Amino acid sequence: MGLGFFERLFGSSRGPSKKMAKERLQLVLIHDRTDITPELMDALRRDLIEVITRYMDVDEKNIELGMDRDEKEGQIALEASIPVLRLKRGSQIKAKPQA
Amino acid sequence: MSARIIVITSGKGGVGKTTTTANVSMALARQGKKVVVVDGDIGLRNLDVILGLENRIVYNLVDVIEGTCSLKQALIRDKRVDGLYLLPAAQTRTKDCVTSDQMKTLCEELSPDFDFIILDSPAGIESGFRNASAGATEALVITTPDVSAVRDADRIIGMLESMGKSSINLVVNRLRPHMVQNGDMLSVEDVLDILSVKLIGIVPEDDSVVVSSNRGEPLTLSAESPAATAFSNIARRILGEEVTFLDVANMNKGGLLQGLMRLFKRS
Repeated sequence: MGLGFFERLFGSSRGPSKKMAKERLQLVLIHDRTDITPELMDALRRDLIEVITRYMDVDEKNIELGMDRDEKEGQIALEASIPVLRLKRGSQIKAKPQA
Repeated sequence: MSARIIVITSGKGGVGKTTTTANVSMALARQGKKVVVVDGDIGLRNLDVILGLENRIVYNLVDVIEGTCSLKQALIRDKRVDGLYLLPAAQTRTKDCVTSDQMKTLCEELSPDFDFIILDSPAGIESGFRNASAGATEALVITTPDVSAVRDADRIIGMLESMGKSSINLVVNRLRPHMVQNGDMLSVEDVLDILSVKLIGIVPEDDSVVVSSNRGEPLTLSAESPAATAFSNIARRILGEEVTFLDVANMNKGGLLQGLMRLFKRS
């Protein structure tokens, strides 16, 4: 056991820790700032489903929705996973509701 | 004379609000300004001790607000520097014994006689912070370069913005240049990226801060350490001067003297 053991333990092999600090902060602040309550998330989910189901039938119970950091780009993203059952035919697509 | 009213706050506790308040206020007074520092931490007062004026307290801010004494009776004139006055907090009361309106009135009462009213806010986001900020138009937010402090600073900045403060500036305190160089500490750029607020000061970690609080002698009274220079620079920037920021990337690890020399060359 020498100094090398401690170096490996505390991070020179894992790279500088400030990168992790910055990423964690950015993610945590997205939540803190927008104050995305569960109620808001539910409302967002319902609105999304309403729009999407105009174009396709989806498995509503298995939709996953969340904020995360995109591995490649490093950007914070709203990620949605929406299982599609079938696409509607052109004639079936309802017109947008009038504003 | 109408005073500039600045609150010094942070959200997180222990990041250097009181130290910054004491040192920046003293630096402003040394520049010839008439400054009153108000300790907003009712119940847990510390500004008196950091300034070394704890033995001279007779009346405090709550006495003034409750009408027990006049403002003049409560103000303590610092004998070491012309133009610096302290309005201490009460130690045996709690934060709910004053209201925001009373604090605003207090600031209005002080304003004609001073160039600056500097309010030392307590930690937190509750009434202590709100009362200390009530009368202020400007804010200095103190943070250290770590996850907890930056997160709390973000919240406090949001609250200051929604309170309509016209000027919100950031001080990054207790920076350790060698840790930043090794990638083990958030850099000032990282913190600015995250908080997106204007920077007004970078203060390096400095043992002399502990010594100064032991003695009750703020650094900007006479010392020439890196932190003293940094606090003085904050005062100069508050007065509108353009002062180059500490070059953290090129500060030597252990070479305090070399770091000092670079600072002096720059100013």
